[in-house]
Amino acid sequence: MAGTETGSRVEPDGLADVAAGLDALDTPVERGTPWWRAALTRVVPPVVAVLAVVAVWQALWAAAIWPEFKLPAPAAVGEHVGDLVRGGEIWSVLWVSVHRAILGFLTAVIIATPLGLLVARLPLLRNAVGPLVTGLQSLPSVAWVPAAILWFGLTPATIYAVVLLGSVPSIMNGLMSGVDQVPPLLTRVGRAVGAGPFTSARLVLLPAALPGYLAGCKQGWAFSWRSLMAAELIANSPQLGVGLGQTLDQARALNSMSGVIAAILLILLVGISIELLVFRPVERRVLRGRGLAGAL
Amino acid sequence: MTAVTDATTSPQDADVPEREFAVRLRGVSRSFGVGPRAVVALDGVDLAVRAGEFVCLLGASGCGKSTLLNLVAGLDEPTTGSVDVATGRPAVMFQEPGLMPWLSARRNVELPLRVAGLGRAERRAVAEELLDLVRLGGQGSRRPHQLSGGMRQRVALARALACTRTGATGLPLLLMDEPFGALDAITRDILQAELLRVWRATGTAVVFVTHDVREAVRLAERVVLLSSRPGRVVGEWRLRPGDGGGTAGPTGAAGAEVTEEITAALREVISSHGRH
Repeated sequence: MAGTETGSRVEPDGLADVAAGLDALDTPVERGTPWWRAALTRVVPPVVAVLAVVAVWQALWAAAIWPEFKLPAPAAVGEHVGDLVRGGEIWSVLWVSVHRAILGFLTAVIIATPLGLLVARLPLLRNAVGPLVTGLQSLPSVAWVPAAILWFGLTPATIYAVVLLGSVPSIMNGLMSGVDQVPPLLTRVGRAVGAGPFTSARLVLLPAALPGYLAGCKQGWAFSWRSLMAAELIANSPQLGVGLGQTLDQARALNSMSGVIAAILLILLVGISIELLVFRPVERRVLRGRGLAGAL
Repeated sequence: MTAVTDATTSPQDADVPEREFAVRLRGVSRSFGVGPRAVVALDGVDLAVRAGEFVCLLGASGCGKSTLLNLVAGLDEPTTGSVDVATGRPAVMFQEPGLMPWLSARRNVELPLRVAGLGRAERRAVAEELLDLVRLGGQGSRRPHQLSGGMRQRVALARALACTRTGATGLPLLLMDEPFGALDAITRDILQAELLRVWRATGTAVVFVTHDVREAVRLAERVVLLSSRPGRVVGEWRLRPGDGGGTAGPTGAAGAEVTEEITAALREVISSHGRH
């Protein structure tokens, strides 16, 4: 490695060794934590938190500050859920709601993805519709229920309309911000390697926007689920079957507080389960593949 | 300015026909915007790069280096003049590697081949070959975040070279926009040597933009000095006979002398901007 005035020149043979040495020194080191420790730090805290909430609830109930019909015991609610499971109704109720939410959500994804891409990539459309899409997110989807009932009557179409109106804007929004955050260099590289607009969207833009898109889908799911519950609570008719929302409304009509709380808990449980079992693993996989796993 | 022109040796088009042109720019101007606020980035640039030639474009900020590369890469159109490229698709490499973070090193190298519609097996074979060429054989399955800065830039070099392997006919041409500017000194030194090795091995023409005179002298067969705002060719130095890298560039006292000469010319160009 003798240095000369024009920069140190390395002999061809030595060059390979130096390059290999540099690679070895500069390569980022990945530190892994054992899986059980990761599981422990991820599972234990939320379980403790849930137990704490139940303990406080039990204590409040035991203190008898409120009458039983306003605050039932945790055990009474557990009993109610147990009855639903034993009677077998729980499966049909869950199926009615969950399959509607999933169907509605998937339709929303199919509608929102091309729309979101178009709005994100066409400046004129972006200026015209962008603020509207963002604004629509702050409109509670319950507000659509009366309109949907007048349009479609008490049919499943009403429920799907409300779900779509709730989730399409948030998926579009996620995709738009995902596209905004794509480094311009990547799209430039796409053009430099000869990709046209469609190839570039498929091979560069969409994959690059995936983290934002996934976040949008996650939020879109939450909006689907919420909108569905709003629709089921208000639109109550034999034609629509009995979902979680209707169960909740029936419990209210029967003045059964433990029934109400059981239904609320089930709604919460479904929302959290889908998030934890579907979105979280997908998101973690995507972020980890890009070296961005710090957050999760 | 005269000092610059005097210092110029101009071996330009005299001995042309024996080697074909990879790129030829004739009277190329490019301005941005209209009216009094228009900015002229390039003004009447004539430049020819022969097949297999290594040319360094040297200039301070605002000399339109990037504009020029964009024109040659087909990412932009000249306002006046003509750009003839004898390549199907010039390969481009930027200052940042610009690797797709969701693709492994090998799949990044495959990207131009995928865009060109090559089959899976063929893509894989070419990518493995190019990764071997930049000494990253066996590292193909790693993601960009698992590689060091120098390794990433080598993957980017392999990917750029893949553009010349898409089956399009024409002379291979590699455009590099300060590709080592963001690397530390040791890595830059190694990569410069690696680039020369790859250039000799592939016989591709290289247009290398830099503002580092020593880098230009070390790498180039021919150094072209551009002025700033607007960019014009104001000087040229032939450092090596154009024989595809068979001869080493000027070293020792000769190297120091030419480096000094080019640096003086570059300073002259830059200081002319402070005078008005």
